[in-house]
Amino acid sequence: MVSKDVQLMAHLMRRAGFGTSRERLDELVDQGYDETVEQLLDAVDHPSRFTDNLIRRYHSEYSGMMGNQSAGANWMYRMVSTDAPLREKIGLMWHGMFATGYSKLANGKVLHDQIRMFERHGMGSFKNLLIELSKDPAMIVWLDNSENHNGAINENYGRELLELFSMGVGNYTEHDVKEAARAFTGWTIGNTEYMTLKSMRDSVWPYGRLSFHFQYKADDHDNGEKEFLGHRGNLNGEDIVDIICKQPAAAAFLSRHMYSFFVADEPPVPEWPYKPPRDQAAIDALSKVYFESDYNVTEMLRFLFKSDFFMSEDARYQRVKSPAELMAGVLRLTGEFDRPKIDMNPTHLQATYMGQWLLNPPSVEGWHWGTEWIDSGALVERVNFASERLGNLDSPGVRTIVDRILSGNSGTLTAEALVGSALEELSINVVSDKTRSALIDFAKAQLDQPAAAPASGSENGDAARKQVANVLKLVGATPEFQRA
Amino acid sequence: MVTAERKPSLVVIQLSGGNDAMNTVVPYTNGIYHDSRKAIHLTEEHVLDLDGTLGLNPSMGPMKSIWDTGKMAIINGIGYPKPNRSHFRSMDIWHTAESDHIADSGWLGRTIRELDPDGNNVITGINFGRGLPRALHCKGVPVASVGNLETYGLMPDIADRMTRELAVDVFARMYGPDDTRDAVLQAIGETGMGAYLGADILRAAPKAYSSTVEYEAEVPIAQSLRDISQVMLAELGTRVFYTQHAGYDTHAGELENHAKLWHELSTAVNDFLADLEEHGRGDDAVVLIFSEFGRRIRDNGSGTDHGSGGVAFVLGNSVKGGFYGEYPSLEPGEQVEGDMRFNNDFRGTYATLLDQWMGIDPHTVLDGNYEQFDMIRR
Repeated sequence: MVSKDVQLMAHLMRRAGFGTSRERLDELVDQGYDETVEQLLDAVDHPSRFTDNLIRRYHSEYSGMMGNQSAGANWMYRMVSTDAPLREKIGLMWHGMFATGYSKLANGKVLHDQIRMFERHGMGSFKNLLIELSKDPAMIVWLDNSENHNGAINENYGRELLELFSMGVGNYTEHDVKEAARAFTGWTIGNTEYMTLKSMRDSVWPYGRLSFHFQYKADDHDNGEKEFLGHRGNLNGEDIVDIICKQPAAAAFLSRHMYSFFVADEPPVPEWPYKPPRDQAAIDALSKVYFESDYNVTEMLRFLFKSDFFMSEDARYQRVKSPAELMAGVLRLTGEFDRPKIDMNPTHLQATYMGQWLLNPPSVEGWHWGTEWIDSGALVERVNFASERLGNLDSPGVRTIVDRILSGNSGTLTAEALVGSALEELSINVVSDKTRSALIDFAKAQLDQPAAAPASGSENGDAARKQVANVLKLVGATPEFQRA
Repeated sequence: MVTAERKPSLVVIQLSGGNDAMNTVVPYTNGIYHDSRKAIHLTEEHVLDLDGTLGLNPSMGPMKSIWDTGKMAIINGIGYPKPNRSHFRSMDIWHTAESDHIADSGWLGRTIRELDPDGNNVITGINFGRGLPRALHCKGVPVASVGNLETYGLMPDIADRMTRELAVDVFARMYGPDDTRDAVLQAIGETGMGAYLGADILRAAPKAYSSTVEYEAEVPIAQSLRDISQVMLAELGTRVFYTQHAGYDTHAGELENHAKLWHELSTAVNDFLADLEEHGRGDDAVVLIFSEFGRRIRDNGSGTDHGSGGVAFVLGNSVKGGFYGEYPSLEPGEQVEGDMRFNNDFRGTYATLLDQWMGIDPHTVLDGNYEQFDMIRR
């Protein structure tokens, strides 16, 4: 049985990252929970990562400079290889919340740039993040702020900023939407007409695309007086964001997103006005930190990871893994992408087959999470991906896990012990009797196979490894493995 | 077990990349065509004449034979207002049948919801390919995605047959009903059982199948249509079939590449219809072939770039063969930024198929009224 400390650390690593090996958990427990939280919060990938250079030189197919797929593969490689997993993890939260998609932009480079912007600004001040978002070229084209002119407003960005990005419906009026749109007039991209026409018209270029660039056009900005959420004045975009961030509704909205992403699945956002949060006290506490810290996301995360509501056993396995989380978790364990490899291009598409086409969400609402991730087609893809990869003895990480199980169970390996170890290695510490007994029967059948009969040394070892690998496959196929 | 009652089925084939309508249905007597397509024009002696002014691409012989029996509709000038020349956006518009905003469900997903509102049959709709196209997506609607019917199912990578059977049995036990679990695990369990049952039902299809029709080997579209035939003939209650044929983004080397594509596709479609006919099921299916857009009128020296105005085909025993829509004028004044101007909204064809063929009120699937063609024999 795994100690409570190891179980808690495994929980932290599944949520603040993409999980980690059983071996690494022991080291982290030795170092301590608080210290590990600090490491996760502080970690930054070195700005000139060696692998980034390798990708640029030898793997242009996922340099992020070309189409949607190269940018998606680049991000998946980063999730799998990073030493700062929380930065990529929260990037997934922002990508879901500020969902921007290739379907309209037809430009992988600007989406790649947006995700890197989340990496730079996603753990600082929420206010600053919203300003960066409002200047983000992909967002400007995605929500038509390039069509938002002095005297001829386009409300798209103004509306979604309030509805989907910061406060949620019911906390502002239609008048506020129009006034916000007025305040963001002139926030556009350079050479707008040419760039938008370009994105509509052409096909993928062999050497990538020109990125769009933010440009503030003072002569297209509406300098008239505006009234927004009770504030009057010649408000500009920064003022709108400033006023938004002061609203209790913004604090509650962001807190509920963070709770849902890190603690336990909340219903999808459209249901929020009608369903109270699962833990109102937790939302209130996070909101308090939000205001006390000047909207600082890192402070909110520090509080969250050390809170009772996060550390409690009631929060364990209360999230359905998104396809990207499931994939990154599996690939970090298997270790097959210990360096950039061309196979990441087809591999990252597995998330698409599972229902999460990275950088191409179904709409500005992003993906619906929780059980909505799992339809029958998606489940087949999830199960087949996890079981194939986790049972592949050619992957260094799988071999390590298998050898740990074999050496940790010296003497006769019983089916019960084999299943127990395999569950532990894959970070499943709570399992139903039904799942466990089915797995044990499978393990028994594996161990009873004639291949286990004595043979010459290495062959026997290989047969034993194969049996363990088959059990790992089935653990990757459990209903429990679908959750983090 | 699923119903064996025969009901009309729709087979949708997506041509990915933007099929060049002008070199598919060729206006071979039009001087502007030959002037605009200096590098890649098709001449009178090559095309398969349809009516003295239009001819099919020379590689489309098998489909020409379907045309000759009066079972193929050609819809010229099909498209939508304000054409978008991005593959992704334009395909999204065709998938969701929404051209003004980003929609969250696909027209065929909504169709499946109408056909089976309670989700009683987990294989009412099947995609043959990996990942679910947006066209089939609809919240709460189960749709199977089959990469390869022979190996479809759970954990196909387990090579040893006994081990795999055991693994799949164990899967069914793990996902089976268990009231000690919380609501989320129960929901995952139910979905798992749906996947298991769908795989189980589909597994029977290849075993029961035999045919004298030999589909081309090593040609993915031929194999997908063979898979579709197997499932249709097994009478498992599937009503919507979807598959893709990729490679139509012919910016370069168009003559050769485009001909190869249409040889593969027209051969496969002809084989498919012959296969159904051989089994007495020719009256039960209609095939729709579409692409996200057409291509520029003027060539680029060896191929064509993204354009607008396309062509679609509808085939089957129940189809009234002939031309629908107008062939767009190539006169410079009639062009839209160098492209053919559409003259019929693709949603009119969707409405036609929903109403006249599937027997579904188009308003339950499409937002708005679209003029239908008189295309289906009733």
